[in-house]
Amino acid sequence: MLRIPCLYCGVRDEVEFRYGNDAHVSRPSPAVSDAEWSDYLFNHTNPKGVHFERWCHVFGCGQWFNVARDTVTHEILAVYPMGNPAPDLEE
Amino acid sequence: MNQPFRTEDSGRIDRSRPLKFTFNGKTLQGFSGDTLASALLANGIRVVSRSFKFHRPRGVLSAGAEEPNALVAVDIGNGMLPIVRATQMPLIGGLRAESQNCFPTVGFDLLRILDYTRALWPAGFYNKTFKWPNWHAFEWAVRRTAGLGRLPSGTDVTRYCHMNAHCDVLVVGTGSAGLKAALNAARAGEDVLIVEQDRVAGGTLLYDRAAIDGTAPDVWLEDTMSELNARDNVRVMLSATAAGYYDHNVLTIHDRSSAYRRENPVEIFWKVRASRVVLATGTIEQPLVFGNNDLPGIMLASAMHQYANRYGVLCGRRVVGVVNNDLAWHSLFGLLDAGTDVSSIIDSRPSVDDQLVKLAHDRGIEVNFGATPVRAGGSGTVKGLVYLDANGRTENIACDAIAMSGGMSPVMHLYSQAGGKLRYDAELACFLPQACRQPVSVAGSANGEFAVTCTYNIGSRKRSPAKTSTQWIDFLHDVTASDVELAVRENYHSVEHLKRYTTVGMAVDQGKTSNLNALTLLGELTGRTPGETGTTTFRPMYTPVTMGAIAGNRQGDFYQPAKRLPAHDWHAEMDAEFEDYGGWDRPAYYGHDREASIANESLIVREAVGLFDGSPLGKIEVKGPDAAEFLNRIYVNTVPSLKPGKIRYGLMLTENGIVMDDGVFVRLADEHFLINTTSGHADSIVSWLEEWHQCEWPNLDLVVLPVTSQWAVATVAGPKARDVLQALPGMVDLSTECLPHMSIASGAFADGTQYRIQRVSFTGELSYELNVPADHASEIFDRIWKIGQVHGIGLFGVESLMVLRLEKGFLHVGVDTDGTSNPIDIGFGKIVANKKGDFVGARSLMRAEDQRTDRRQLIGFELDVRGDTVLPGAHIVTGSGADRRTEGFVTSACNSPTLGKTIGLGLLESGYERKGKTITLYDDGRIVSARVVDACFYDPSGERMRG
Repeated sequence: MLRIPCLYCGVRDEVEFRYGNDAHVSRPSPAVSDAEWSDYLFNHTNPKGVHFERWCHVFGCGQWFNVARDTVTHEILAVYPMGNPAPDLEE
Repeated sequence: MNQPFRTEDSGRIDRSRPLKFTFNGKTLQGFSGDTLASALLANGIRVVSRSFKFHRPRGVLSAGAEEPNALVAVDIGNGMLPIVRATQMPLIGGLRAESQNCFPTVGFDLLRILDYTRALWPAGFYNKTFKWPNWHAFEWAVRRTAGLGRLPSGTDVTRYCHMNAHCDVLVVGTGSAGLKAALNAARAGEDVLIVEQDRVAGGTLLYDRAAIDGTAPDVWLEDTMSELNARDNVRVMLSATAAGYYDHNVLTIHDRSSAYRRENPVEIFWKVRASRVVLATGTIEQPLVFGNNDLPGIMLASAMHQYANRYGVLCGRRVVGVVNNDLAWHSLFGLLDAGTDVSSIIDSRPSVDDQLVKLAHDRGIEVNFGATPVRAGGSGTVKGLVYLDANGRTENIACDAIAMSGGMSPVMHLYSQAGGKLRYDAELACFLPQACRQPVSVAGSANGEFAVTCTYNIGSRKRSPAKTSTQWIDFLHDVTASDVELAVRENYHSVEHLKRYTTVGMAVDQGKTSNLNALTLLGELTGRTPGETGTTTFRPMYTPVTMGAIAGNRQGDFYQPAKRLPAHDWHAEMDAEFEDYGGWDRPAYYGHDREASIANESLIVREAVGLFDGSPLGKIEVKGPDAAEFLNRIYVNTVPSLKPGKIRYGLMLTENGIVMDDGVFVRLADEHFLINTTSGHADSIVSWLEEWHQCEWPNLDLVVLPVTSQWAVATVAGPKARDVLQALPGMVDLSTECLPHMSIASGAFADGTQYRIQRVSFTGELSYELNVPADHASEIFDRIWKIGQVHGIGLFGVESLMVLRLEKGFLHVGVDTDGTSNPIDIGFGKIVANKKGDFVGARSLMRAEDQRTDRRQLIGFELDVRGDTVLPGAHIVTGSGADRRTEGFVTSACNSPTLGKTIGLGLLESGYERKGKTITLYDDGRIVSARVVDACFYDPSGERMRG
């Protein structure tokens, strides 16, 4: 079970949160092609390693925020507000 | 009472407190401090169970959590619990234990025939054999033969709860390594939690007499425990098993410290979050693989040592040691010192340390090096051992017990679950911890550090030259060396494949005494080291955890929070029959005759006036300068053109263009909206709106406020609805001029209670939804009910509402739509075409697939034969014979009390083009004929609700 540091409330158990898919997916305008729209809807990355994703502290403050999580170790590397760019996690 | 195998005085049992218990109906006696296993052994009970597959007699093998044989059914007065490890079950006065998996008795089991015909039933036999005509033809017989124990019946009297704990250091295990780690952390001021699966702290200190740092183990243990217990930064949990190790240093603990009692038994499932973890989980001694190594009387050497010194129980009168390592010699010396006659040691190694040999000779033990055990003799219990000496000569030795040891295997379960990598140590012939990303360390023998003065070296773990079909590897699942050979012959070379093909290590003990031998043999047969074959995955739980403990409080009435209407009691007094609708207890109908009630209630609404509790209706306020723009991006329907005080019907889609929810939205003021959702989606739509607002359009200025439970809703519907409500003192003018259909007004009753009244209709009749603060619910229902009497008012429940809305052809999202329905499919094509600007799901509707005209579309239908019925879910079929196929299905259907015929809605391919055509319904084997009609059966012009 993950322990997630909510940006607004501090560290809480995973059961208080809702996962919300990939972060930094920009919603295309209706003018895009079917293929581009389909990419937006269905084709998501599934990296081995750092993944940027959205979580909502539903049983807490109700706020969405971004999380950088390592999909291999489940380490949470960063949390940052919606709208902020993905942090550079190269070491 | 006689306990023939009990020593005179040794052991940590309380001889002043004898306890009576029964085993298979026979009354026996043990002492306080015994386990069920030690008490059985004290009484000379050798055969305690029958094996899983071949029904071979089996006896106690171990003294702990690894026990594969002594699994019994136990009752301490609260009902029979199956598959209890006798080695961990504390002896309780009056305990009733029974053998499992035997008929008629554990001493004489008819299904032993399976053992005598063992050659017919190798690994995978059922995959190969029970294929014709199919597995199900054999399943009943196989299920009766296989399996362990019976599920308990009756009510579970044990209470279960979940608890949480935090600590700086979690120490698992209370042997010397665990206690030292705990002591160091405690002295450094850290918050320490110590967990021990046994009832008593101490681990091997409870029976191993080896000194700790020059101090006698008893003294050291007592001193250490009293210091730890005296500290307020230390908590000690006994009878509590660290069951699982998860991410971010979260562990679960199955706490049975209050479980084994007649009054108020409780099991607690702990979730512990630790800053760091010390695993001092010790080792499990591994069996050796030789012929008939499963005979009762053959036990692990350290277990015999423990029974002798901790419980004062001798496991045999004349014991032979069959070993391959130094540690086992110390166990055998301990056994002898406790009063057992250990006649000889058979060690497979060519030589051992001179000092050990001297210690053995001093005790008069005959030693044989380079000797290999071949097979044990005896049928119900062990009577002798055949072995090959160093020169290859076959020797015979008489004995009534064999202490075997194939070396120690560190308990790596939790470490591995934590993500720790293991390495194979060839010298110790076991897996040891290597590295782990989580803050965990491993201490003591679990880390390969053995607290004896000798060097612990281990010989090979080879199987004997006996027939491999008698050499047991997995006692609990009856897997033999020949099964492993067969698997390898059939190319199951991966350890994971071997496990699944032979079922080795898959039983409730999860292979604690079998995995290492199995993968060593696999390596031997395939030319690999155990390090190269690797282990199977260690999964939680370490030992079985009751389902109740995992569920905790969440059962019965506590399964989920009860949602009751604010006027629940009022409805109950009115004879409501409650049912669960989306988690809410709602009146399904009033009275006792379901069908008659539904028909009557429907007719009253059509002819006079009905009162309905619509309180669970989802109510969300959206307020702010950008509220209209925001909702316009959420709804398929146009929002900004709606005037304050007006109401519009709206559909919400997923981004994939699928209909998700529907309901009306109200413009209370320019920048203030109230949206209604279906009752079941009230919470999820709030989340939906928040997600879009926070994540996609954070710049829009608005707030979303759920108010569902703050308002009670009294829906008054029927031709006389206005007459009833207008009579309420303080009611606004309800005339169509002042409050036309799809508009809202607010006001206050004479007592000052604020209300909102919206004129909307889900029944097709003139209808008002009166919203009052929830705490006024019963009062307002009562007043409407009394005022309505002169107009012939009746109550109606959810079931008649469903009939009324179906007559009107109003769809019910999730019932009349499925996961493929877009708004065009359900008759909203024009609204989609007229909508200006983007909205959630809009782009998806532009795909060619979504525009196809042969999609499943919402239709109405009437059955050709009056009085005939059809159930929702019935298929709409076309063609016949082998060419028959489904072209849709019935989503709603009822016998309309108003129209006197059977009507329904359905989703049908090219449905819009087929108005007037006949369709064929396939209803649970019956063919029913129907005609496609407009999806509105009653008052199509809407005059009744607009009037």
